[in-house]
Amino acid sequence: MNFIALKMLVGDRAKYIGIIIGLTFASLLITQQSAIFVGIMTRTFSFLTDVGLPDMWVVDPQVQYIEDIKPLQDTQVLRVRGVAGVQWAVRMYKGGLKARLANGTFQTCVVIGLDDETLIGGPPEMLQGKLSDLRRSDGVIVDAVGARGKLARVLPNGQRVPLRVGDTLELNDHRAFVVGICRITQTFQANPVIYTTYSRATTFAPQERKLLSFVTAKAKSGEDPQTVCRRIERATGLKAYTRDEFKKLTFIYFLKYTGMPINFLTAVALGFLVGITIAGQTFYNFTLDNLRYFGTLKAMGATNRALLRMILLQALTVGAIGYGLGVGAASTWGILLSGRTQIAFRLPWQLLVISAAAVLFICLSSAALSIRKVMKLEPAVVFRS
Amino acid sequence: MPATLQSNRDEPKLAVSCHAVTKTYGRGTAAVQALRGVDLEVRAGELLMLVGPSGCGKTTLISVIAGVLGRDAGDCVVSEHDYREMAELETTCFRGRNIGFVFQAFNLIPTLTAAENVAAPLIINGMKRHAAVHHAGEVLAKVGFDERMMRSFPQDLSGGQQQRVAIARAMVHDPRLIVCDEPTSALDSETGRMVMDLMRRVALGKDRALVVVTHDARIFEFADRIARMEDGRITKVENPPPRTNESSNGP
Ligand SMILES: Nc1ncnc2c1ncn2[C@@H]1O[C@H](COP(=O)(O)OP(=O)(O)OP(=O)(O)O)[C@@H](O)[C@H]1O
Ligand SMILES: [Mg+2]
Repeated sequence: MNFIALKMLVGDRAKYIGIIIGLTFASLLITQQSAIFVGIMTRTFSFLTDVGLPDMWVVDPQVQYIEDIKPLQDTQVLRVRGVAGVQWAVRMYKGGLKARLANGTFQTCVVIGLDDETLIGGPPEMLQGKLSDLRRSDGVIVDAVGARGKLARVLPNGQRVPLRVGDTLELNDHRAFVVGICRITQTFQANPVIYTTYSRATTFAPQERKLLSFVTAKAKSGEDPQTVCRRIERATGLKAYTRDEFKKLTFIYFLKYTGMPINFLTAVALGFLVGITIAGQTFYNFTLDNLRYFGTLKAMGATNRALLRMILLQALTVGAIGYGLGVGAASTWGILLSGRTQIAFRLPWQLLVISAAAVLFICLSSAALSIRKVMKLEPAVVFRS
Repeated sequence: MPATLQSNRDEPKLAVSCHAVTKTYGRGTAAVQALRGVDLEVRAGELLMLVGPSGCGKTTLISVIAGVLGRDAGDCVVSEHDYREMAELETTCFRGRNIGFVFQAFNLIPTLTAAENVAAPLIINGMKRHAAVHHAGEVLAKVGFDERMMRSFPQDLSGGQQQRVAIARAMVHDPRLIVCDEPTSALDSETGRMVMDLMRRVALGKDRALVVVTHDARIFEFADRIARMEDGRITKVENPPPRTNESSNGP
């Protein structure tokens, strides 16, 4: 019966291709849009991904996401160090500062101040220079995208000259000397990122009573970071998150308080609807066209169960092909574009499962109508012309 | 000769036995009483033609006999199986093993080759594709198909050839009964005679009966008996006119 079902399906070229195009379009749209969405959402916590060493982040209890900085007293780091199970705890500064460019304009930059002794929390990859070069006076490390882009020097003829090692910058009226260029995971905000030491960052920053953004810490081996976090909270009255908890907090904040999910949901829903209408409608028409032959098979002794399997096989076949083409096209698009542009595109396996489920749903609901029609078909129709 | 088939048997075996069969379509004012108490017997090994004016219930009757349509009342026993005692699934499987169908419009699946179309009843009965297509080829050879024609698609065959494929399909699984609804009305008279001749020669057998519904008086001579139907009842069962080319139909 299987080959009869497949030949029936493939033999009707126009409808077969029509159904596949519908499903391809749907799975392409669903996969691509949700991959962009996930890409953007992961950028919201890419800073947490990049700072690999610490497994615990201690912040003000009011903090709602990673960019939401509520400074702490400098002495809090000492209190965290005192909590049982904490192997080490260091200070980290993160804040937005204005850089004055050579042509006199200003550019807001994200300045990250790393613990002076350990330099924990530095960029994941150095392109030029070394992290330890930060110990040189006025030393800063600039991210490559920023150096090439917003921090580049524009010559009078319009040419852009990237910021290089050895160049200087002015950060909030303080001189900064570029000692390295690094690569970081693209962040959500497209501002350049500048690394320096904690003490230098706090001299760059406007003088305020409290300057400590985060205390990052590591649990002793054998200790569960989550348990240690709860202990830190009890001891300090601050909030402590494991890295994953902090990522989740950030992610959920963006989900809840920004319009992004709605936009992407709309695009995904559109793909879904297009899939249902084009593919579903065409599949149903295909069944109607073949109703006479389903009836003939039924008269010749094919059970409802056998016919059901035929239709399911047909639906799953177009589903698998359409899904494959759609996901393939989405990945190709993602790979091609993320190589050349700053587009956010992430396709974790969970998304592949989700779009497979969506396509499966489209196929099964299209098949359901057809199945109903064929199940109710009286075999006696074969004698009517 | 079919007429002598059961002469030396005590009890003639019956392929079909209908008694007081009634069937009404619709209900209320729209009700149409298509069968009003049909009594009919079809003997094993005979070709019975069912004739009568349009709308008298011929198609309805063979649908009931073939088990594709339920009756309202009365008995219908086909090859010793009583439809009354069979559930729907059982009836479906019974059809798959014991009934063959030939339609006016052929009803060949257009995306399957001739051989694959003929193989369909075997596949429905659970035979593997390869064996089924192979066996289908043997039966197609009996209706005069060569290798190339077996691989043709229905739209590349003439009406007569398509009906030959349909006949092969109706007999490939060796059913006890083949029902045919106006098998020659889509064909010219020459081709119609050729098709009927083929039915007699290859489809009919000692244990297989054929019921052929027709309007076409030119093929009456191919019948063993002719049942006349009028207004939902069988009114007369008679012998056919003498056959013109009898000599070619020897056993
Ligand atoms: N599905 C149906 N619903 C309602 N009425 C029907 C249906 N099928 C047949 N009829 C009616 O039942 C009667 C018998 O129909 P049937 O098709 O059995 O006649 P027939 O002898 O085969 O006619 P024809 O020679 O035109 O094919 C007709 O009056 C027809 O209109
Ligand atoms: Mg009829």
